Amino acid sequence: MIRYALGRLTSLVISLFVASLVIFAVIEVIPGDPAAFMLGVNARPDTIAALRAEMGLDQSVVTRYFDWVTGLLRGDFGQSWTYKTPVAELIADRIWVSLPLAIYALILSTLIAFPAGIYAASHRGGPGDITIMGATQLGVAVPNFWFAMILVLIFAINLRWFSAGGFPGWDNPFQAVKSLTLPAIALALPQAAILARVMRSSLLDMLGEDFIRTARAKGLTRRQALWKHAVRNALIPVLTIIGLQFSFLLAGGIIIEQVFFLPGLGRLIFQSISARDLIVVESVVMLLVFTVIVVNFAVDIAYAAVDPRLRAKA
Amino acid sequence: MSRNLIIGTALSALFVTLAAVSFLWTPHDIETLDIPNKLQTPSGTHVLGTDHFGRDILSMIMMGARTSIAVALVAVGIGMAIGIPLGLLAAARRGALLDELIMRGNDLVFAFPSLVIAILITAVFGASAVNAIIAIGIFNIPVFARLTRGAALPLWERDFILAARVCGKSAARISVEHILPNITNLMIVQGTIQFSLGILAEAALSYIGLGAQPPTASWGRMLADAQTLVSIAPHTALVPGFAILLMVLGLNLLGDGLRDWLDPRIRVARV
Amino acid sequence: MSILSIRNLSLRIGQTDILHDVSLSMQHGEIVAITGESGSGKSMTALSTMGLLPGGAAPQGEIILDGIDILQTPESDLCHMRGNAMGMVFQEPMTALNPVQTIGAQVAETILIHEKTSKAEAHKRAAEMLQRVGLKVAPTRYPHELSGGQRQRVVIAMAIALRPKLLIADEPTTALDVTTQAHILDLLRDLVREFDMGLLLITHDLAVVADVADQIVVMQKGRVVETGPTQHLLTNMQHPYTKALFEASGHKVDLPMRTTMRMVSAYLLHAKHIVREYPLPRKTILGPRPVFRALDDVSFHIDHGERVGLVGESGCGKSTLTRAILGLEDVQGGDIRLDDEPVFTHKHPNLVVRRKMQVVFQDPYSSFNPRHRVERLITEPFHLLENPPTGKAREAAISKALQDVGLSFEDAHKYIHEFSGGQRQRIAIARALIIEPELIIFDEAVSALDVSVRAQVLDLIADLCRKRPLAYLFISHDLSVVRTVTDRVMVMQAGKIVEQGKTEDVFTNPQHPYTQSLIAAAPQLPELPHAVETI
Repeated sequence: MIRYALGRLTSLVISLFVASLVIFAVIEVIPGDPAAFMLGVNARPDTIAALRAEMGLDQSVVTRYFDWVTGLLRGDFGQSWTYKTPVAELIADRIWVSLPLAIYALILSTLIAFPAGIYAASHRGGPGDITIMGATQLGVAVPNFWFAMILVLIFAINLRWFSAGGFPGWDNPFQAVKSLTLPAIALALPQAAILARVMRSSLLDMLGEDFIRTARAKGLTRRQALWKHAVRNALIPVLTIIGLQFSFLLAGGIIIEQVFFLPGLGRLIFQSISARDLIVVESVVMLLVFTVIVVNFAVDIAYAAVDPRLRAKA
Repeated sequence: MSRNLIIGTALSALFVTLAAVSFLWTPHDIETLDIPNKLQTPSGTHVLGTDHFGRDILSMIMMGARTSIAVALVAVGIGMAIGIPLGLLAAARRGALLDELIMRGNDLVFAFPSLVIAILITAVFGASAVNAIIAIGIFNIPVFARLTRGAALPLWERDFILAARVCGKSAARISVEHILPNITNLMIVQGTIQFSLGILAEAALSYIGLGAQPPTASWGRMLADAQTLVSIAPHTALVPGFAILLMVLGLNLLGDGLRDWLDPRIRVARV
Repeated sequence: MSILSIRNLSLRIGQTDILHDVSLSMQHGEIVAITGESGSGKSMTALSTMGLLPGGAAPQGEIILDGIDILQTPESDLCHMRGNAMGMVFQEPMTALNPVQTIGAQVAETILIHEKTSKAEAHKRAAEMLQRVGLKVAPTRYPHELSGGQRQRVVIAMAIALRPKLLIADEPTTALDVTTQAHILDLLRDLVREFDMGLLLITHDLAVVADVADQIVVMQKGRVVETGPTQHLLTNMQHPYTKALFEASGHKVDLPMRTTMRMVSAYLLHAKHIVREYPLPRKTILGPRPVFRALDDVSFHIDHGERVGLVGESGCGKSTLTRAILGLEDVQGGDIRLDDEPVFTHKHPNLVVRRKMQVVFQDPYSSFNPRHRVERLITEPFHLLENPPTGKAREAAISKALQDVGLSFEDAHKYIHEFSGGQRQRIAIARALIIEPELIIFDEAVSALDVSVRAQVLDLIADLCRKRPLAYLFISHDLSVVRTVTDRVMVMQAGKIVEQGKTEDVFTNPQHPYTQSLIAAAPQLPELPHAVETI
């Protein structure tokens, strides 16, 4: 088990290293002179020189990369050129919208998908299965940002149950959660559709396995065999999808934030792109990628908790 | 022919036809603005109504179908053209360092959702439909590479591959002659699914302004424009949304139908 | 009073007739064996008795277990009976256990779902039951840590934990090695006597049947063709199918004498001191990687025109040796030469040598690319030739190869799915013969076939030996088959060849203790008292 975890940890570190190299290369090497790029064609030479000095562009690429990474490790994400504040502060403000939204959506998605997938698999071919599969077919096809607009139209504009957008802050947790509810639903339902389909097909695979027949020969009912033997084995592919979905929820959240005017990482990144504030873009992208890689690492560790065969292997 | 296959083919064909016809004819010209007739609800002259510039929405949908299909199709092409050979190579060198490198590389690309790739590209090169293609295409590469490797690995253990090796055939030749024909069905089905995901991704990217730029029509752009008008002119948001929904639904049904028809045992990856 | 009595059981699944009027009955403490070839309906009879038929199955008739008709019992009551009144053991021990639960928990589950008892008590009884079935590992182990034989013991412990009246075992030893098979059969026999239960044994292996059954039921295409007490049935067979089945099982081919070759100084195949090692995962994080020695100083030779057998249990290194000889994998030490040319040179297989060697694999269903026609499949070895025949010459070669194996030229344009398992194995032989190699390797080539088909393929091999001087290496776990088609035999254990010699000498007078144990463990088909006609 320790060997397995160490192995995954090593690949986590390597992934993070290579990912940071790629991001650094795209943002700071490909544009040639990032400072000139950020300021545009009409910039005064002395402004460019000032930015060059601030970004340390007089130093070699290797030194700059090294400084950037060590900065990241210390929590120093640099200074935003447009906001004139540390990027870490900008992110810290906004992550308290984006991260709760992604987690909220993940919980919703799992809470919807598991029962739906398990029910559909255990009633294969029945009316419930057909209804659920039809609904997931629609859920997979619906663009989440459009779905969000429809939710706003129905629940905010017509029914007035929720506000159409904005975020009141965490001072009032109830209002905060309430204002994240429509966005979370918009994010979660399409993902739940995918997850329910994976859960169903994974369970059906397991129900065809020999050990389910063994369990039935012991006297377990179909239901008992499903719950006691199939579900845990079916979780392995489902976990993979949950891990992948977290990154989609985080990225999808960036889009949904636009629909609901939420002050999250999405808004920060789009403002930075239009302001050509590469320093902010670079750090936020690194943060997103970091989260995805760490979540996948967590999923790998979760596999081992589910599957003793992995615990034994290297 | 299953019901899935019929409905899926019909829906997909509808949008492909709309896109194809738009090269020759659209009900109205979408380049000229007609502000007096803005935000009209569907009528005889404008079957699906007009948008905030008075442009005919049906014509916009037809032009937008072109963008969606072009972006998604080329992105699938990129994913297949690079991903399948990589997957075949990894499977042929299974267990070796090269395999490990390819698979680790795949994992790494998977850590960059296509939106993040689009953000990176846009930040440096600016937004365009081409950047959307590249972002979605890059994301498709590991999808096909993983799927190909996963399908090829058990084939490499089959006796008919051993027999071909005993006959002195090289790994490259075996990959092309024996492995590839046996995974074609899987690739067709997954290609359909990736096509539908590409349509969704293109719409999302152009919605947030990272994809096709005006005056190129795109469904995502139309929705972005409609967002502030949704309470006064719901049809401006409903029509493009349903266009995306039906096109994606059609492609997914087509994919499922093809799978049932070609080989029901195929498992597609959907994320 | 009989504990199980099946009367006029018929079964349809969808539009297909599976069983017709199957009847049998058994007593306490009795072992009844149902035997027959694939498709005979023996497994479906077992599943009907458990009430575990697949969906869409429509059984008719009566299955009375201890006074209760299974077919009339609702599912909820059947659940109470399964594991309690009747238990079942399956063929494939590797997949029959839940991989994410400990073996103790899986045995305890049988007790927990049927009896109101504490978890601790159930686990205690499970541990006792695991000991009773001869398992010497802790109940806290997971299935993947156990061998096939050990896993089968766990499955048996699960099935008998509540001492059911009836135990059904569906091919319980087919996936196991012959020595393990002997132990499992002994265990089952002991349990039947000790618990006084009935054992319904489903097996295709007539030697096993003759060895352990009190009563035999022979099935063919969903019907019982003959039934009776073992001794009586063996000495007094009535039905032609029964006779044919027993004949085919003990089939001895008429292997022609080895034609004396012109004196060639070198051996055809000569392997000297081969060593092949595989690295294993590290035991400690920084420690050295342990290695598994799959081939440990293996030396042997095959003469021109000589037919050599290789026997051994799974994991003994047979497959590794095959791959090494074929040049599919390099070895770490030693030297393999065919006609004095190395099979593997400079990290690459030697094509000159490959031309003289072909192989026939075990599984007729995975040996062919399903997307190619037979003519393309069997001409694949032409790839090895510098000037492969084209046009008329190619057609002639295809025609000859197909005719040699009893097929016709018309078959060349068909796809492989149009052929049965036996025909596919003929096509595999045709593929091996088409470039007229000097050596053919039969890698478990008849192991997946039904006995009657197996007999025909063995006859075909003998026939081919009559037509041309053929040297082959016949690899099999089945001693009786090797005995009939080889001149010389080698016995392999744990990567070493422990004994080799003339086939008859080794079988009648084995020297090495391992060979002795193998031969002792293999169930023997009794000598049939009278001549029978062939199929």
